[in-house]
Formats: sequence, C-alpha cells, structure tokens
Amino acid sequence: MTREAIVTAVLIAALLAAPFAAQAIDEPFYITLATRIAILALAATGLNIALGLGGLVSFGHAAFFGIGGYAAGILATHAFNGEPLFLGLPGTNDMIVIWIVGALAAGAAASLIGLISLRTSGVYFIMITLAFAQMVYYFAISWPAYGGEDGLSIYVRNAFPGANTLAPMPFFLICFGVLCTGLAAFRSLMNSRFGAALQAGRQNEVRLAAVGIAPFTIRLAAFVISAMLTAVAGALFADLNRFVSPSMLSWHMSGELIVLIILGGVGRLGGPLAGAALFVLFEFALGGITERWQLFLGLVLLGVVLFARGGVMGLLAGRARHG
Amino acid sequence: MAEPVLDIRGLKKSFGALKATDDVNLDLKPGEIHALIGPNGAGKSTLIHQIAGTLMPDSGEVRFLGRDVLRMGVAERACLGLGRTFQVSSLAPEFSALRNVMLAVQARQGSSFRFFRPVMSDRTLTGPAMEALERVGLQDRAAIPAAELSHGERRQLEIAVALALGARAFLLDEPMAGMGPEGSRALTAFLHDLRHEAPILLVEHDMEAVFALADRISVLVYGRVIATGTVEEIRSDPAVREAYLGDAA
Repeated sequence: MTREAIVTAVLIAALLAAPFAAQAIDEPFYITLATRIAILALAATGLNIALGLGGLVSFGHAAFFGIGGYAAGILATHAFNGEPLFLGLPGTNDMIVIWIVGALAAGAAASLIGLISLRTSGVYFIMITLAFAQMVYYFAISWPAYGGEDGLSIYVRNAFPGANTLAPMPFFLICFGVLCTGLAAFRSLMNSRFGAALQAGRQNEVRLAAVGIAPFTIRLAAFVISAMLTAVAGALFADLNRFVSPSMLSWHMSGELIVLIILGGVGRLGGPLAGAALFVLFEFALGGITERWQLFLGLVLLGVVLFARGGVMGLLAGRARHG
Repeated sequence: MAEPVLDIRGLKKSFGALKATDDVNLDLKPGEIHALIGPNGAGKSTLIHQIAGTLMPDSGEVRFLGRDVLRMGVAERACLGLGRTFQVSSLAPEFSALRNVMLAVQARQGSSFRFFRPVMSDRTLTGPAMEALERVGLQDRAAIPAAELSHGERRQLEIAVALALGARAFLLDEPMAGMGPEGSRALTAFLHDLRHEAPILLVEHDMEAVFALADRISVLVYGRVIATGTVEEIRSDPAVREAYLGDAA
C-alpha cells in the first residue's frame, strides 16, 4: 500500500469510529458532527472530479448541492401531503429514489451550464459558473410554492429500507456508506482512461488535443458526473437538517466546497474528507468560543496556500504521484 | 506518381498587413522527408499551426489522405493520423513518460469514455506504450514524470507519443532544437528510417541534419515558398543562397 492509501484508509476508519466512540460516552451530538463531515466530504468529492482532476474551478457547485437538497425537500413534501407532483406522479420519501432524482436533475442542469461555461476557461469559467449558480439561487428565493426565501421543512426524515433514519447512528451509517461509494467512484474514475484524459487536459490541453482527444467532451462529461455526486450529498444534507433553504444554493456554499478541497488536498482521493473533517472540527471547536471562527479558518487557509500547497494530504502523504 | 499524403494548396494567412503565409503550395509524398527551412520569422510555425489545425487560414486548401481537413479541429486531424511534435516540448508534465505515451495509445484505440478499468494494469495500453518508448530509447526512463526529464529526453518522448499515435504523417517542428550533437546524430539516424513508416514534414534549423535527411527541401521566406527541390538543387539555387544560406552552403 502506498502512503497515500494508508492515510486515506486511516481517515475513513477514524470517521467510522468517531460516532461509536460518541455513542459510548453518550454524546449523540458528535454523531451529527461526523454525519456532517461525511456529507460535506461527499459534496467536495463530487467537486474534486471537476476541480481536482479536471482543473475546472467551478464556483457554482452550490447549485448542484442545492438541487439535490430541493429534490429531497420537494419530493418529501409531496409525499407528506399526498399531493401529486406533476403529470400525476406522486412524491416519495424513499431516499434512494430521491438521490436518483436529485442526481438526474443536477446532471441535466450541469449539462446545460457546462455546455456554455466550458467554452471559457480561467477566471471567465469561475465567473460564469458563479453566475449560473446565482440564477438558480434567485429562482429558489422567488419560488413561493416551495417556501421561497424561508426554505422548506422536511417533517419526517426520508426513509431507507431497513433503517430507522431518525436515529442518528443509522443515518450516519447511510451517509458513510454513500461517501465510501462516492470515494470508490472517484478512485475508479481517476485511474481509468477517462481519468487519464481528464487529468492530461488539466496539465496540458494542447497535448490532449494533439493526440486526438477533444478536451471539451471529456470536460463536459466530468462536469456532469461531478454535479451528480454533489447533488446526492445535497439530498443527504437536506435530510440531516430536515430543512432546505436557498442558503444551500448560495455562493458561500460554493466557496466552502472549494475551501474544503484546498484544505484537504486538490485532486487527492482523501483530500475532501480531510478538508471536511478539518473544517467541521474547526467550526465546532472555535465556533463555541467566538463567532468570528471563520477569521481563524481564513488564517489556516492562508497558511495552507502559502506553505502547504498539497493541503492535509500533501503534508501527510507527500506529493501526488501519477504512476 | 504516388498520391501525396499531405497536400497544401494556395494557403494564405495574414495578420493585419503582415502576410505570414502567402500563397503556399506544399506536398508530402509517401516515404519521403520533406524539410521546410527558412530564416526566423519566415512563417514556418504559422504554417505548421494551420496544418495541425490550431490556426485557421484565410484561404486555401489543406488535404490529408485525400480528405479536406480545413474544417476539422486539432483533435479530429490527430485522429486521422497527423502526428505532431512541438517546437517547445508540450507534454503532460505530471504524468510519467509511460503515461504520456499511453494517452496516445488510448486515443488511437478509440473511446476515452471508460470509467472503471485502471489504466496502469491495462496491458493493451502499457504494452504498445512501452514499445514506443523502447524505439526512441527511453525505456529506462518510463516511470519518470515528464517534467523531470532532460530537455533532450522530452524531445524523444514527443516522438514516442507521435509513434504511439500510429501517425500516417509526422509533423516535426524543430525536433533537434536544444539537443546536443550526440543526440542530434542519434535522432537523425532514427528519422532516416522513420520515413518508411510515414512521411515526415520536418521543420528544422540544423542544416547538417536537413541535408542528411531530406528528400526534398522547401525554402520559406516572408511567408512564400521561394524554392522547392532536392538537396543539390536547393544548395545551388542562387535565390536561396542570397535569402537564406548565405556563404554557409
């Protein structure tokens, strides 16, 4: 096993162990904290496909996170009220159906956004993805049917076959399972032919085209896959809070996802998890002392950018190696 | 006479008042090395860009393997078999030498939309890639990231990538640039045989190599081809001597 694989495995094991330790000392709140880490790590793993592997700095991934969240909220509300959704289709409180619907909706949105924004690069790409996300944000605010600015409550957490999702532990385990699936998908994609083309495009677009692979189609596919994974995290996030609001779609959220990846290690399998753990623990530890904890987060981020470009993974596992 | 592999007719490209490519006619026949020489600023790179597809000519025709490729992008032309190396090495710097070549093998095999099988354990990729590295003598450096290779090794790697692409024509932009005399000689010997695999359009400043290799030479000055002919014809052409070769020839 490489050092990178060991560090990642230890991180995953620690995340799994934490809630059991919390249960043993009767502190169920820590289980929620671990659940939050798992969900944010999943969302950032999605973004890591576009940003880390493809070098596509999307400043609009909150749109996909929020679309996943609203998919959960809207489907659950219709199921709860017994009203058909549209065309006579019912709502649902089945998590698996919700994830699929959320992922498909985000995938469709990402196809459209990607088709336009991937014609640009650099700062323009960042700004266009931000602009699209803001459009979705303002749309949600001005859509009274689903709570508008006030958001939408999910009265009963959605259901998963064979699990009592309202209890913290089973819900954590569901999120953990989805995170592991997401990480496995990321790893497989990274090492595949598709991943090779995507990463080559980040390093040298001219080279990729010169061997006969069009960078645009590769990037569009990556952007869509990336959005779909982030949307599933959004659906889980809505279930965790039992609440969806436009704040899930705001640019702060997009920025937070980027921060997680930079803290953890850009393009690294364990990066988003390391970053999410650091972020949530920081928020918890310092948030109790001062409201201005983000100032300190900013200092940490500054330190990482200036002195530890590879983030936590770079510090623990050394530089990334590509076979 | 054999049908040319690459056929350029009446190509024109201006940047404002500057005629960078001025009614250029050029062809590349099977099995030959056609060298393109000319002083700095003659428009050699601009011409290469138009053949490869990175620049759109104002008018004219570029035919490759009998097909009009003018509307095709870089990737599409590469898929047809136009193997290009760059004047300044252009590789994926973080990828090892082997992975750089594997990318070309993967492109040649068709779809990059495969998401599961790990490339490093895929012998249909590593095998041909290693072969290409062996041909240019880089097999011992296969695991080294391109960024850490020496300048000369990066030039060799570029050629290995073009080989792995299964190119039907090579477009080599100053492959000798920055190579020591030893490396130049080795590369000259290699290119000498490579022409039988696919014809080579060679842009090169190293006159010794050009005279040793070229079946035909075209001389580009101020965007115009002022002469095309065999080494002897070019050496003795008074216009060429005046414009370019000076007393050296």
